[in-house]
Amino acid sequence: MAQIFHKSLNSLAKISIVASGLFSLTAVGYAALLFNRSPYVTNVDVARQQPVPFSHQHHVHGVGIDCRYCHTSVEFSATAGVPPTKTCMTCHSQVWKDAAILQPIRDSFREDKSVEWLRTHDLPDFVYFNHSVHVKKGVGCEECHGRVDKMPIMMRANTLNMEWCLQCHRDPTPRLRPRDAITEMGWKERWEADQRKDVDAEEHPKLNDLQIADELLEMQKGLAQKYDVKSLTNCSICHR
Amino acid sequence: MTDSHAILSSSADRSSELTDASNSRPPSEGTIRADTAGDDVRDDAAHGRIERSAAVASELSGKNGSSFWQSLEEIADTDRFKDFIQREYPSQMSRFLDAPERRTVLKLMGASLALAGFNSCTRQPDEKIVPYAKSPEDLIPGLPLYFATAMPWAAGSIGLLVENHMGRPTKIEGNELHPASLGATDSFAQGTVLGLYDPDRATTITERGRTRTWEEFLDALRPAANVQAQRQGRGLRILSTTVTSPTLAAQVEKLQKLYPQATWTQYEPVNRDNARAGAIAAFGADAHVHAHYDKARTIVALDHDFLGGGPELVRATRDFMHNRKGRKATQEMNRLYVVEVAPTRTGAMADHRIAARPSQIGAIARALAKKLGLSVSAQELSGKAAHFVDALAKELQGANGASIVTCGDAQPAQIHALVHAINAKLGNFGATLHRLPPVDAMPQATGHVEALQKLVTEMNAGQVELLIVLGGNPVFDAPVDLNFAGALSKVHLRVRVGQYTDETSRGCDWLVPEAHFLESWSDTRAADGTVALVQPLIAPLYGGKTAHDIVAALTNDSGMSSYDIVRAHWHGEKPDSFETNWRRWLHDGVIPDTAAADVNGAPKDWSDQPSVAVSGFEIALCPDPTIWDGRFANNGWLQESPKPMTKVVWENTVYLSPTTAEHMSLDVGDIVEVEVGGRKVRGPVWVAPGHADECATIHFGYGSQFSGHVAKEEGFDAYPIRTTSAMWMAGGVTLRKTGDTTKIATTQDHVDYDVVEREVEKRELLRVRPLEEFKRDPHSLPKATRELESEGAPSIYDAQVGAEIDEGRRQVGDYAWGMVIDLSACTACGACVTACVAENNIPVVGKDQVRRGRHMHWIRVDRYFEGPKEDPRMHSQPVPCMQCENAPCELVCPVEATTHSPEGLNEMTYNRCVGTRYCSNNCPYKVRRFNFLLYSDYATETLKMQRNPDVSVRSRGVMEKCTYCVQRINQARIAAKRDERKIKEGEVVTACQQVCPAAAITFGDIRDLNSAVAKLKTEPHNYSLLGELQTRPRTTYLAKIRNPNPDLETA
Repeated sequence: MAQIFHKSLNSLAKISIVASGLFSLTAVGYAALLFNRSPYVTNVDVARQQPVPFSHQHHVHGVGIDCRYCHTSVEFSATAGVPPTKTCMTCHSQVWKDAAILQPIRDSFREDKSVEWLRTHDLPDFVYFNHSVHVKKGVGCEECHGRVDKMPIMMRANTLNMEWCLQCHRDPTPRLRPRDAITEMGWKERWEADQRKDVDAEEHPKLNDLQIADELLEMQKGLAQKYDVKSLTNCSICHR
Repeated sequence: MTDSHAILSSSADRSSELTDASNSRPPSEGTIRADTAGDDVRDDAAHGRIERSAAVASELSGKNGSSFWQSLEEIADTDRFKDFIQREYPSQMSRFLDAPERRTVLKLMGASLALAGFNSCTRQPDEKIVPYAKSPEDLIPGLPLYFATAMPWAAGSIGLLVENHMGRPTKIEGNELHPASLGATDSFAQGTVLGLYDPDRATTITERGRTRTWEEFLDALRPAANVQAQRQGRGLRILSTTVTSPTLAAQVEKLQKLYPQATWTQYEPVNRDNARAGAIAAFGADAHVHAHYDKARTIVALDHDFLGGGPELVRATRDFMHNRKGRKATQEMNRLYVVEVAPTRTGAMADHRIAARPSQIGAIARALAKKLGLSVSAQELSGKAAHFVDALAKELQGANGASIVTCGDAQPAQIHALVHAINAKLGNFGATLHRLPPVDAMPQATGHVEALQKLVTEMNAGQVELLIVLGGNPVFDAPVDLNFAGALSKVHLRVRVGQYTDETSRGCDWLVPEAHFLESWSDTRAADGTVALVQPLIAPLYGGKTAHDIVAALTNDSGMSSYDIVRAHWHGEKPDSFETNWRRWLHDGVIPDTAAADVNGAPKDWSDQPSVAVSGFEIALCPDPTIWDGRFANNGWLQESPKPMTKVVWENTVYLSPTTAEHMSLDVGDIVEVEVGGRKVRGPVWVAPGHADECATIHFGYGSQFSGHVAKEEGFDAYPIRTTSAMWMAGGVTLRKTGDTTKIATTQDHVDYDVVEREVEKRELLRVRPLEEFKRDPHSLPKATRELESEGAPSIYDAQVGAEIDEGRRQVGDYAWGMVIDLSACTACGACVTACVAENNIPVVGKDQVRRGRHMHWIRVDRYFEGPKEDPRMHSQPVPCMQCENAPCELVCPVEATTHSPEGLNEMTYNRCVGTRYCSNNCPYKVRRFNFLLYSDYATETLKMQRNPDVSVRSRGVMEKCTYCVQRINQARIAAKRDERKIKEGEVVTACQQVCPAAAITFGDIRDLNSAVAKLKTEPHNYSLLGELQTRPRTTYLAKIRNPNPDLETA
């Protein structure tokens, strides 16, 4: 009987055994990689249960309160500071003062007991992040925390992984904005819109998106120089 | 050899115990049972000893005065020692003797490889944010607050500035405005913050072991107090340690009105009874003679370790160093003469030192007085002592009004009086010495021992119905012949206010937890009389009470808090614009214009009394250098802080001179029985070069049975030989060899350098020069590496100043951090070690781990001896990480866990470290420390509160080391960036620099040529340790400059 399989299949069979082994290893590795970057691990875009469903969307976008009204220490300290209950009560002793949803806040104020919020942005304990210096150097709240004004419940907008931190620490310039726009949400979009408007007013040919991006980068390079922003990537900047 | 106890206690790891230096057996024979093998092992040890003694003698006989050595084993260089050194990490050796199977290795390797990537696939556990409901004033989360307070201490307080993170005191600094601190502290003060969080503290009020409330206690106390009030307080006695609080003294006055016949007794085991009696003999009244060492050219310390212990250490050290640091511009330095029994920190600083038996120190003082023209009966001295006294007298006569003669608490009253007479003769009163009233807020009519004796007599006679013991631990530390415990049992109602359930607490009916001073309101006087307010940094963790609360309860003021009482007292004392002033005092930490004025009046004419003859073998008793009278026994930081001259940790030893030890055929670790007047204690021998012959020194403070987890079973209790007649010294002592041995834990004899090859002189690790030679030729010292560079050696940094990123991979920062340590100033006090531990969350590892050479201190203080072992000169050298520019450790790290920062730090990233320990192997300075086990305490809640939140707590398997306090640098850098400026000179202060009483450590930006540190680096005697290796250390040393008397130098 003639050979059903060609002789070369012997080699192919051997190769396929090795290759399938390699393939499955790679697949497992890749799956682990995906898993490690999945919202399950990073909590990105995951809304968590809080004692009070505080809406940043309402307070920031709707009411127009500046970030620093509550996060008072962001310009001086490592932590931005979650406000004491008393800050909530400055308004909510007047408005929505009987709302059932705010009962934990009133209880906290009356009993002088803390409201225990779930930490949304949590860095590992061996990372020493400092808010004040980032704010001073022109890194807006939005760069890390995302469009807070569009979050009915606070969510993590970025992974806060080291690779994510390093993107900016290696090349900070494209993340800079003027200090007076630090807390502004959607600053970049507004700035770009303004560029178009200004240009139109002077009856120049309309800038295309690429040109605007160039303008923006030029402006940011200026800021980097003005604010003395440098790439800091040595370990002890964050780890000690 | 190891004693049976040590072998049994470490059965799990027994082979490692057998790597003792005195053991010549191979580790594989480790399963000996102590009872069968003990004898021949002992023979081995004895043999080794004889061999060694002979070798030491012959080795040293050929040397003249300038050879440096670190331990006796080293100079002997015996086979035994070589064997020990070759196995530098002895405990590791044995662990790898069982050859693992090849398959097992492959399996483990495969598994490690496969699983290596998965350790990062973890979800972070959820954490809570718990903001205040109503935020306290001034508190910004993430920023520490500093509060001024003071640490009360028997002979005067020390002012502190305490770092507070979100209501938790974490780190103690000195208060610059306080006269006893001047911004620095001692090691004890550093340790108190750990004492605050000690989980072994008494946590609740108990009545014979049953839990009670404060109200229940008051209900029990009040009837007894009322009975006493009716009886004029006849049966009421209060026993406390020295009271330095003016407020408490005022309260006690009130108490005395209610209970006129009650007495308040103060007893302190380390008391100044002798000084007091001496002052009364000399001045007619008790006096504290305040020495200004900065004004003196010649200083003579007779058995007085003024740079070594007690609250005056900080001020005395700072003053002493005023005129001590050798610089190229220096023309004159002070000169220190020391006569002492055991080698101490003061003795190590001395230009001329003689060791004498305790009773002989008086004889030397008398001989000196006679030479100076006082009418004293003095025996003729001979030999070195005579020469010493001649030269000293000659120098003192030429230094009228610019010298200080001082003697220690251990010397009898007549020597104190004699010293006052000598100082008067030399015109020192009013010039270098000031006679102040004693620091006690409530001076007693008698000395401490006499007062306690009286109290015990009354207790034994059944006259004491209500006894309140405030602090202290008299059952443990009272003179043993008083039998305080026996007397205590005869008291009807015994109340104890104390921090621990110790011996005294167990002998009392009620135990009320005492508030730590960091939890209390009070006030306290410094040695110069200045009053500092004690304010709490945290509410009492266990509802502790202060002495003020207890006295208030007795005077029916129990509605008043300590705060009310202290405030009301000072309102009464200084009513003018009180509110403003009160805030100012709390802010500054001192109440101005409260320093005592000089009580003028020279001592009366000296009237000679014959000295008491002491014969036979003698002992000197002293408080322990790191745990004092036992009050810090449960403090792991202080227990693990090496004793200054022996580097022994976790225990006390019987110091003997090499000659005496040889004579009695005793060696380090031999247990001896010391018998004084029929009373006996047993302890291990330590052979201390420079100790006086024919006597022993024993430190008391160890051996308390009930103090807690840390202190338990460490050291031996020396109080059983301390009697009212022999508080400090005794003669007629018998020393008996028991045949038992132990292995003493020490941090230095596992030598850190490659000792077998080491030639300290050739490499000049330690450089010492006499002042005259230095003045004649400042460059007589070998050049520092930095100078070699300017002569053409390749440089990494200097050429690139200002460049942002160089062409290679190195980035150059805005600053170049560097440090200079002045060896002329280091007294080996060890405050830097404890401060570093506190600042950097360094774990305590325990005695057993230290024995294996696994201590974790980021800065160690190396001790060197120079010259003959009977009378060596002693030197100390603090060694932190050198922050090498060419760091050998960085090159060998396979995971880049240790890297170089643009500012020149050799940084260590703990979470990247996989524990290969290659870096440590490649470090020539051996300053890297490895967490062999999980040393950090993750379990005890209170200890977590102490941790510095700005520094990671390291886990097992991670290398760690000095970082130049990078957290402080980063904070300063961020603060500077916030203000858009550069970091100012003096803005970054490392923990070791901040605490140093001698200001021996200078740190800063060496690129700023005007900075203090850059200027010091241009001194001619600036040198790098092992600079010839071209590691280019950022930490350099200033060579030690001595100031010997030319008349004595050749002797």
